[in-house]
Amino acid sequence: MGYVAVKGGTKAIEASIDRLKYDRLKGNEIVEINTILATMRTLVDQVMSEASLYAPFLAALAIKQAGGSMEEAVFLLRAHRSTLPRNYYSETVEVEKMFVERRVSASFKDIPGGQFLGATNDYTHRLLDFNLVEESMEDHEQWLAEYKKGLEGINATEIQYFPKVVDYLRAEGLFKTYPLDDTTPKDVTKESIQFPSDRSERLQVLTRGQTGAVTALGYASLRGYGQVHPTIGEVRVGDIPIHVNHPYEKNQDEEDLFYIGEIKVTEVESFVPVPVKKNDRKEELEFEIGYGISFGQNETKAIAMSILDQCLESPHGEFPTHDEEFVLLHIDSVESTGFISHLKLPHYVTFQSKLDSMRQVKKGGKTNAN
Amino acid sequence: MREQPILQVKNLQKKFGEGCQHCLDPEIRQLEKNFCPYCGTIYAVHDVSFDLYPGEVLGVVGESGSGKSTMLQGLYFDIELAAGEVYINEPMLASQNVLTLSSQQKRYIRNYIYGMVYQNPLDGLKMKFSSIGNIAEKMIAAGSRNVGNIEARSKALLEDVHIPLRRMKEEPRNFSGGMQQRVQIAKALSNNPPILFLDEVTTGLDLSVQASVLDLIKQIQRELHISMIVVSHDLAVIRMLADRSIVMLNGTIIENGLTDQILEDPQHEYTQQLVYSLL
Amino acid sequence: MQTKPHFAFFDEGSKKEIRRATLKAVAIPGYQVPFASREMPIARGWGTGGLQLTLSLIGKKDVLKVIDQGADESVNAVSIKKLVQYTTGVALTDHTAEANIIQSRHRIPEHPLREDQILVLQVPNPEPLRKVDAREYMTKRMHAEDDYSGAWLILFEQIMKYGKMTTGAAHPVYVNGRYVMAPSPIPRFDNPKMYYSDALILLGAGREKKIYAVPPYTNVESLAFEDYPFSKESFKGKQCKLCGAEEVFLDEIINQETGDRTYQCNDTSYCMERLNSAQEKEVESSYA
Repeated sequence: MGYVAVKGGTKAIEASIDRLKYDRLKGNEIVEINTILATMRTLVDQVMSEASLYAPFLAALAIKQAGGSMEEAVFLLRAHRSTLPRNYYSETVEVEKMFVERRVSASFKDIPGGQFLGATNDYTHRLLDFNLVEESMEDHEQWLAEYKKGLEGINATEIQYFPKVVDYLRAEGLFKTYPLDDTTPKDVTKESIQFPSDRSERLQVLTRGQTGAVTALGYASLRGYGQVHPTIGEVRVGDIPIHVNHPYEKNQDEEDLFYIGEIKVTEVESFVPVPVKKNDRKEELEFEIGYGISFGQNETKAIAMSILDQCLESPHGEFPTHDEEFVLLHIDSVESTGFISHLKLPHYVTFQSKLDSMRQVKKGGKTNAN
Repeated sequence: MREQPILQVKNLQKKFGEGCQHCLDPEIRQLEKNFCPYCGTIYAVHDVSFDLYPGEVLGVVGESGSGKSTMLQGLYFDIELAAGEVYINEPMLASQNVLTLSSQQKRYIRNYIYGMVYQNPLDGLKMKFSSIGNIAEKMIAAGSRNVGNIEARSKALLEDVHIPLRRMKEEPRNFSGGMQQRVQIAKALSNNPPILFLDEVTTGLDLSVQASVLDLIKQIQRELHISMIVVSHDLAVIRMLADRSIVMLNGTIIENGLTDQILEDPQHEYTQQLVYSLL
Repeated sequence: MQTKPHFAFFDEGSKKEIRRATLKAVAIPGYQVPFASREMPIARGWGTGGLQLTLSLIGKKDVLKVIDQGADESVNAVSIKKLVQYTTGVALTDHTAEANIIQSRHRIPEHPLREDQILVLQVPNPEPLRKVDAREYMTKRMHAEDDYSGAWLILFEQIMKYGKMTTGAAHPVYVNGRYVMAPSPIPRFDNPKMYYSDALILLGAGREKKIYAVPPYTNVESLAFEDYPFSKESFKGKQCKLCGAEEVFLDEIINQETGDRTYQCNDTSYCMERLNSAQEKEVESSYA
């Protein structure tokens, strides 16, 4: 009997990687990056969001390379991100300047500026559409032509910006108005998070969180393992412009900032009643905002994030969803999938060690080496 | 000649809340019971001073909310007191206000000089560890590294508090309330602390169980001459255990003296009520 | 759009930052220094902490050895070696004595290490007090206050329940009489090798974002009671069936057909070196 288990690692890896490539190629089909970009928008959005790198092309490439595995695509993009120099921080984004594609409020029947359904799966019936089995470009073109025809006669004269729903409630005094806080946020990718954490750190970790994990914990809180019961003040999806300042000549004038592009985001403000101790020692309910935001259109995650944001704002011993370490240290896709999958690595030294320990217990005596 | 007190407590203060213009200045403070009607700040402990002498049992009696438990938790460093001084008559701590020591030094005091028995065993015991482990923890914290010694001492203590040794490896969560209290007492005594704090230790126990726990405390006091502070809302408990007592109301001491004297001849109106209700 | 990676993957700023954390770790033996662990091209839990240390330290003239559970040819060791070599071009070796940086998972090589060598250990769980309290906020306080009664209590409970300490790998150690440290899950067999080690030992936990260190010639003691001393895994009366080594950490191998148990060196390069030198001697003697 020869040497066991640990010979030929190099060859085995090479063969495994070849086999992986074979699996990707053997079907004799090529999915183009552009096809992914054009037809799998929400998948690209989700990968960008969990990878916290806004780069649709690279995300599509990652999806292609990963053979459609979410965790793998996110991993690829994260690893790529860490090789990129980061030369600038953008100026604070103003979500009021969003070019809104979709905007709904669950709190009011009618909101100033109006509800704006936009593109959503919410009201589609989830029946498999077998027409998609055989699509043709001609059909597409025809449909698109008709769709555009239907839009004729609508004259968009100027871009409309929508104020935040919460601003109206603030004006009414139903929400507390806080002074703008211009403290530089901490960057969790440059400094490891320490507890108790800042809200800026919490929001970063939440928005980078794995969609399924964030959703699951938000759901758990909503269902009873938590104390946050929100009403959605506003979900908005749309594009917001990003500006950076000159690195050396710090311009104070907004006009002199550099526009570097726009990103699509989903932003959620949840209204959460929280008890507040008033001066006359009575408790009163006040509304606080749970905040959620994610790259692209990813509404479920953004809403769940808004729940968890507010959960972590009010720690509560009884519920893990209100425990910052429990939530923030377990929702990262790269961390959780990496550590779970490392169990596939050989552990025979540690196992041998435990085995020895158990055998010694059976033998009895004080020390292990009797 | 009077003995030196083992514990001197001077002007303890503890408030919960920020305070406001109406209550921050003690001169103009107008409280309702112990809280400020304007801002809701609770003045839980206000200007509490007393001495504890070697081997004596000092009773602290008062209704819930009188500040007695808060005061005890402050002495044991479970909560931070706003102001005040505490001196322990130990050579290495001579004339140091222990409230101002570092957290390491405070832990030293907790491990070597103080013992604490909480009203709720959950606060004093680790429910996931064995009973003997719970007792061992305190000895380990105080530097014991010999399993044989720790085990022997723990067993002796468990016998002292009438826990059958066959159950010593069980977790205290399997135990009845009275047994849990006895494990806590054994743990508190493990390092022979010169000072022992007992916070409502019999509250919530059945009467017969109460009696056995009280007997145990009396026996410990007789045999070990530990100085104790016994906090209770129950004057009967105080009467049974304490040589000397203080009565607290709304965060302040309203009466103090020999327990017998207080019971025979209560001065303060509140104490009178308390005593008459006992009769 | 081909891009060439930077030398040793990281930009120089990242390397400096990791080295700063490393210096701090060396200055405070056994203390877990938080660092901004980078996202790596290998998975969290697969040696990213060790890899970041190696990449931040490595220079063109260095010779690297990587082992996983004692083996140079284990798949993940190979994978890590490939990545480092691809981004640095450094020489690789299987021979412990030839390497000046040795990255390892769960073992300290049998061949004694020297002053001019650095051992980098990959760490999955850097917190020895995690079982005492799940919250980082609490365990950090315990370290700060030198409050290790919880760690001792766990060992005491094992003795009460089973008659002895039942730790496997990762038996906690006291470093320099101050910090209790998880020695990465090396077997107890390797704990004594940390005691006054000639080589610098660095430990990196990528997912948990901690770096810590045992500087050369530092007191490292395994936690144990006076009357229940620490003990290593016992391979008494057993020897490697290949090279005949005794007093080394052995892998236990069960023959599928016969059910017989045999043993061989866990440290594969150590075993190979012994076999080769035995063969040389044999050849020499036969020509003599």
